Amino acid sequence: MGGGAMAVKIAPALQTSAQPISADLEVRIRKRFPNPEGSFNLNVHFRALAGFTILFGASGAGKTTLLDCIAGLSDPDDGRIAVGGEDLYDSEKKQNVAAWKRRIGYVHQDLALFPHLTAGENVAYGLRTLSAAERQTRSREMLGLFRIDHLRDRRPAQISGGERQRVALARALVTEPRALLLDEPLAALDRLTKSSLVGDLRKWNQHHRVPILFVTHNGEEVFALGDEVIVLDAGRIVAQGQPHEVMRAPRLETVANLSGFENIFDATVLALHEGRGTMTCRLGSGAVEVETPLVRAEVGSHLRVGVRAGDLLLATEHPRGLSARNVLPGTIRRLEQRDVIVSAMVDCDGTEFEVHLTLAARDALQLGPGKSVWVVVKTHSCHLMGM
Amino acid sequence: MNWEAFWLTVRLAAIVSTLLIAIGIPIAYWLTYSRWRWKFLVEAAVALPIVLPPTVLGFYVLVALGSRSPLGRWWESLTGHTLAFTFEGLVIGSLLYSLPFAVQPFAASFGAVDRTLLQASASLGHSPLQTFRRIVLPLSKAGLVTGFALSFAHTLGEFGVVLMVGGNIPGVTRTISIDIYDQVQTANYSSANQTALVLLLISFFVLSVVYGLNRRPWVVGPWR
Repeated sequence: MGGGAMAVKIAPALQTSAQPISADLEVRIRKRFPNPEGSFNLNVHFRALAGFTILFGASGAGKTTLLDCIAGLSDPDDGRIAVGGEDLYDSEKKQNVAAWKRRIGYVHQDLALFPHLTAGENVAYGLRTLSAAERQTRSREMLGLFRIDHLRDRRPAQISGGERQRVALARALVTEPRALLLDEPLAALDRLTKSSLVGDLRKWNQHHRVPILFVTHNGEEVFALGDEVIVLDAGRIVAQGQPHEVMRAPRLETVANLSGFENIFDATVLALHEGRGTMTCRLGSGAVEVETPLVRAEVGSHLRVGVRAGDLLLATEHPRGLSARNVLPGTIRRLEQRDVIVSAMVDCDGTEFEVHLTLAARDALQLGPGKSVWVVVKTHSCHLMGM
Repeated sequence: MNWEAFWLTVRLAAIVSTLLIAIGIPIAYWLTYSRWRWKFLVEAAVALPIVLPPTVLGFYVLVALGSRSPLGRWWESLTGHTLAFTFEGLVIGSLLYSLPFAVQPFAASFGAVDRTLLQASASLGHSPLQTFRRIVLPLSKAGLVTGFALSFAHTLGEFGVVLMVGGNIPGVTRTISIDIYDQVQTANYSSANQTALVLLLISFFVLSVVYGLNRRPWVVGPWR
């Protein structure tokens, strides 16, 4: 999580830059698609502007089917797909542009590099219509941007997984697509490779403002990349918006399950305690301060902190002699029972925590709305998100 | 050893297997990618020569080439002689006879190319035909060589079709398998033995090439 500061620095710049109206991707489609648990109806309607839009959802939610429809590899049952105002598919007008005429970049989950071509030939492959000289210049430029120029004479089988990922991205981008579809392109990478690849992708996107649909089921990637996130569940959009709104505000069970954190806070770094390996962060806009594990960040920078509801403790009296560093006074607002779990919403000075308890604990402590409690947060239960 | 029959046979096999590359690739392409519901009927028709007695196939080819069929009449008006009992007639009969031995390995290797590669190629602006030329064909090298070698070897050893369509005209339609038969008929065993051995060795060599090429660890060749 050491690279957390990088994502924070770049994201605001992207959000404020001008977005050309012509570049957006409009999708309104329906399609029945098979799924291990029977079949779902994919039924989505959204608009993706230039920049990263994250498609977030469990496997089988319809993410890949959606990308296939946009790329033209699979036909929707009905609806409309348009990029930059131009129809690619329109069931009413009986229009369906062939995949190879769509100019939509698609990086498949397993990359699909051509095994009989070198890295350089793979990257130059999409430049069919250009002269040999121009093809050479353009592909060398892209190989340079993705720092794989030294691999250009090697076959896909002779390079590493991270390098293959770079070749696949470079191959899609060099054709200057009107939109870019990335199906979990970072899934197999370690954190360091991931963040450097994302950096290169952002660099490219600053010059070519196109919509980038980025599929993931990794909650951390949502925060690191997303200008906008769309949550898909069983073929439907269940939430859409900026990552911290979507992942936090509507306490959707799917979102919580996928990200793994019921509590997600925007946080500001107040102080670093390098000797102790911790730092102090203020949560949200409230007055609550917690001690979290130390990551590479500067004082004053913004991060996100995720805490699992099951990792939190409640006490009815101020506890003593605890190893946990954070003991926050608060008031129970609501209690909800789901199966054998009791979910308590606790307001600590304007910051709301969700805490999971057992039925027995609720009864033994006689918990109910309005009761004063202390929330205990272990330092290492605070997960800093970012890449 | 009848060298005249030997070279005639090699010439026939080379012409037939080369033509089958040109004819077999489009047929295999269609069989691999067509979604026509009655496709299986065409598949069955292409495979017929594998199970049909060569004499049956030869009989129908003879009828089709004869002066009473439209094809035979058209050829006769064009060249002044019939197709039956000529080298050209032999080529046509052998093309049909060896067709499945080219088409089936072709189609199998086309079908084995990962579909995601075809999709990637489409996303990169290549039409299905361009994709076929730049991705499918190069990745099907082993299948193409196999189809070529099998149809070559199969034509080399054919007997029934040749006898029905070509007869036994020295220098025109007498192939080695017919020559061997002739020699046995005239009790000339040592010559028959010699020719049979040559045919056996060539066939073994060709099949060794095929199986060597299809060995998993090599894919394209041990020299790569």
